[in-house]
This record gives sequence, structure tokens and C-alpha cells, in this order.
Amino acid sequence: MHNDNLNPTEDIIIYRDVHKWFGDFHVLRGVNITIKRGEVVVVCGPSGGGKSTFIRTINRLEEHQRGDIIVDGIELTNDLRNIHAIQREIGMVFQSFNLFPHLKVIDNVSLAPFWVRKWSKEEAVRVAMELLERVGIPEQANKYPGQLSGGQQQRVAIARALAMQPKIMLFDEPTSALDPEMIKEVLDVMIELARSGMTMIVVTHEMGFAKEVANRIIFFSDGNIVEQNTTEEFFLNPREARTKLFLSQILTH
Amino acid sequence: MAVQPKILKPPPTEVGLLGWLKKNLFSTWYNVLLTIFSVIFIYFVSRAIITWVVRDARWEVVTTNFRVFMIGRYPREQAWRVLVSLGIIVFLAFLTWVSRRSKGNPIPRWLVIGWLLSFPLIGILLRGFSEESSFLPLVSEDIWSGLLLTLVLAIVGIVASFPLGVLLALGRRSKLPAIKVLCTVYIETIRGVPLISVLFMSQLMLPLFLPPEIRLGTVMRALTGITLFSAAYTAENVRGGLAAIPIGQYEAARAVGLNEALVMGLIVLPQALRAVIPTIVGQFISLFKDTTLVIIVGLLDLLGIAKSVTGQKEFIGLHKEVYAFAAVIFFICCFTMSYASRRLEQTLGVGER
Repeated sequence: MHNDNLNPTEDIIIYRDVHKWFGDFHVLRGVNITIKRGEVVVVCGPSGGGKSTFIRTINRLEEHQRGDIIVDGIELTNDLRNIHAIQREIGMVFQSFNLFPHLKVIDNVSLAPFWVRKWSKEEAVRVAMELLERVGIPEQANKYPGQLSGGQQQRVAIARALAMQPKIMLFDEPTSALDPEMIKEVLDVMIELARSGMTMIVVTHEMGFAKEVANRIIFFSDGNIVEQNTTEEFFLNPREARTKLFLSQILTH
Repeated sequence: MAVQPKILKPPPTEVGLLGWLKKNLFSTWYNVLLTIFSVIFIYFVSRAIITWVVRDARWEVVTTNFRVFMIGRYPREQAWRVLVSLGIIVFLAFLTWVSRRSKGNPIPRWLVIGWLLSFPLIGILLRGFSEESSFLPLVSEDIWSGLLLTLVLAIVGIVASFPLGVLLALGRRSKLPAIKVLCTVYIETIRGVPLISVLFMSQLMLPLFLPPEIRLGTVMRALTGITLFSAAYTAENVRGGLAAIPIGQYEAARAVGLNEALVMGLIVLPQALRAVIPTIVGQFISLFKDTTLVIIVGLLDLLGIAKSVTGQKEFIGLHKEVYAFAAVIFFICCFTMSYASRRLEQTLGVGER
């Protein structure tokens, strides 16, 4: 659906020595990474290692305190215009869905295009319906989020994020809060999205998903990237001891 | 062939009226005792009340003074203006009721505009223009009294204090320290003093703050006091609702690109206000009853009129009738508010699990 990935080598996210502290706690300790347009990057690692904070700094849900973050050519500073410009470029899907419970599904999805992109109501609703069809739940459009299953809610959340026509999609453990039988329906939507050429950064422990579509896997621990590699190499030849330990823990249960 | 098991009816002591009685009133020996005592108690109390209401009470004090109770000193020949105002409100309320009955649709925009226009319209209608004008001559608000004054004080107080309270609540959560401190000091100061003193202060202090060209009458000053007082309480109630909104709602709203004003206006406030409807309505009900305190600054609301009626020579000693009547009026108003609030909660509660 996008023509943005004509030049697949262009760098869309650049991190240069990014640091963040929560009080005294040093969460991000000099992160350096470059992500290319159209790339699907899976971020994994032990909890408390900073991977969530890392992706939340990309769209300024968390503020970094040192270093440079450049998203699609815009530098993330305290300038509110830059922050809003970047937030419009980026869609985000949360572990706990965070749908707006007082709005119908269709309004959840069409809200931001109407108010932020200033589309007409009809246009916003039409695009929202298309997206609900794409994630496979057009028949739920007039229900409230509380009436949907977890898997359906997360698919609405994906549609809501896509409605702003973002260039980048962030997923923060999108399947961790789901019952096992619902994980697949959400992963299927994500796989379809990855194959459509979307730039995606996904914090997840779903290694099946990683093997299927990820171009690159980043192992995040103790506030920094410990190891990154192509998916195959990452599983076959992990170099660092911490990576090996982590892989043995998540792959042998 | 297998014998079909018979479907039996439950024993008659378990269902129907008999079953209900047995389960709820006569399940144990002490329940039986309680039931008997309650019946005797209810019998004597209601017999006393009914005898008084239909036989002993002299209701002519109410019927004779009915107009006085309703509009007090509002000129008799201008009373139609109050009736027309009442008609406007009843008409709008009826339209609102009809539009809400037709399956969960939001109130249409023209009706909202109608309600908004009705306030200045009724204000002009009741107050009029100037003393010389033949059409709608001036009836200064300072001679409004009776139920009319009570309703004006309560409704204007509620309508004006609500937005102010919401703003104060947002201000108290502001990231800007100056605004935050200002709002907090205001809220805590007002909440720390009784309404009576706020009413006194507004009578005495307001003229000092305002330029000399603007002279507010007693009613306007009382209204200002009531509004400022109620806003502080609304602010605290709204703040409670705001605190209950999970941080994930803010994050999701920002992540789809909404700016701070839209995050508040579209996502956070609608949920927060919905959550505090019962508390806010409770507060408004007590505000309604608190308007009776304006008697101390010399205004005659419904209760003030009631007090003056008991002093009439021909009705000496009929306190009971007069105050019972006032109590019934207050009860009807408060119960209506509480009923409307429950209806509002039901219609807005859709989809919230």
C-alpha cells in the first residue's frame, strides 16, 4: 500500500548514543542503532532490560536525556511541533491494547484521521472500515471495545494505529496479554503487515513470528543492545553468553 | 421404552406471592418478629400522617399563598413571564426525552443549541429591559423570590460552576507550577470555609473588586458566591475522575497523534466525567438545598418565603403545613435530579464493562 519503500536503503530511524534515566536508574545506556525503511526488527531480551523503554523513546512516550534520535529526517527534540510530526508518522500497539472504552470500534479507528489529519467524517469512516476489514473484524465496527475478545481488541488497536497511515509501526509485546488461542490471529495480521513493506519494530518473545518475517533480531539487556544479527544467524550462531542463556531459556520450555 | 420422568410443578410455598413472602418476610423466627413489628410501626405512622394530611391540616395557607410560594414578590401582572419560561423548559425537556427514547442516539445538535439559547432567553424574559419599556418592563432580580429564586440560584449556580470546576481540576493537574499552585490554593481555601461565610464575603467583598460602574445586586452577588463555592467542590470530584483514567489512555491518545487539548477533550475528560456523574449530581443536590442559606443575606428563597408566610396574621400557627409543603417541593426537585442522573448513567454506561 505504500510507495515509500522505493529506496529500501534509506535510514528511517537513527539512534546515536541515546541515554535515559528513571531517577537514578540508568535504563538506556548509550544505544546506537540504525533502522532502514521497510525493515522488520524484532527486539527481545529479559524483562527490565530496557527494550520497552527503547521503543517508547522512538515516539516520545518516554523522553531521552542524552544523545540523538532522528526519525524520518526529523530530530526528536523538545520542540512540540517535531514531537507531533513524529507521532503522526508512527503507529503504536500496546501490550494492554489501550483502546478508548467510551468509543465504538469504528470511532476508535476513525478518531485520529478526523481530528488530526482533518479528513472528512465520511472519508475517515470509509478508511476505518477498510482497515477493520484488513484485520478481519468489520462486523464488530459498531460494538464497544469491552464487548470484544482480547485478540479482536488487539486487532482493532492495529487498525487504529494504521488509520493514521504511519511510516513506522511499533509493537510493545502485542501478544503478551492474550490467551494462547488468540495469539495467532494477531500474529497473522502482523505478518501480513510486515509483508506489505511496513517498517516495524516489535518487542516480542514470539520467536516463530521472528523467524517468519524479521529481517533482524536485536537482543536487548541491561540498557543496551548486546547482540544483533539476521534472524537465521541469531538463532544458529549466537555470539554472546547472555544471548545464549536467554535463547536456551525461551526455546526449551 | 424408558419412562419419561414427570416434570413436576414446584410446591406452591416456593413460588409466587406465597414463596416470596416466605423467603423474604417469614424465613426465620426473628424475621417473623421484625415483619410484625414493621407492619405495626408502618401502620401507626402512616395513619397519623394520613389523618393529619386529609383531616387536620389547614391547607388553605398553602393554596392562598401558592403564587407567593412560587414567585414571591414577582409582580402579579408580569407572572405570565415566569409561566412562559417554565413552558420553554418543559418543552425542551420533553423534546430531549423524546429524542433519547429513540434508541441511544446522541442528543441532536439543534436541541443542544436550543438549551444553550434558552438560558439568555429566559434571563431576558424574566428580567426585562428597563422600567419605562412597555414590553417586558424591568423586574429587577433583587425582588425575585420564592421557588423562582431557589431554582434560578440552583440552576445558574450548577451550570456556571460546572465548567469552572472542570477548568480548576485540570489546572490543579497542570504541569505549569504557577497554575497548579493557584488552583490548589483556590480549591483548598474555598473548601476550608463554610458556604455562609462565602455568601457574606461575596456580599461585602465583590463590590470592592469590581470597578465602580458595575454594581451587582444582592442576587448576583449571592450567585457569584454560590458558583465560586460549588466550583471548588466540582473540581475535587472531577479530579477524582481524572485520577482514575489509566496512563495507557493518555499514551494511546498521544501515540495516534492527538495534541494535549484533544487528548483531554476527546479521551480523558469524557471518561472521567462519566465516572463521576453520581458524585457530581450528589454535590448538585446538596448545592440545591444549600441555596436556602441565602436567607442570611436577606434573600427570600422558597424557605425564606415559607418563613414569612408563617408570620401572616390570618394563618398564625400553621408552621407544619407551610414547612411540609416546602419539604415536598424540595423533595420533588432533588428526587428528579437523582432520577435524571441514574437515567444518564444508564444511557452513557453502554459498552463499559
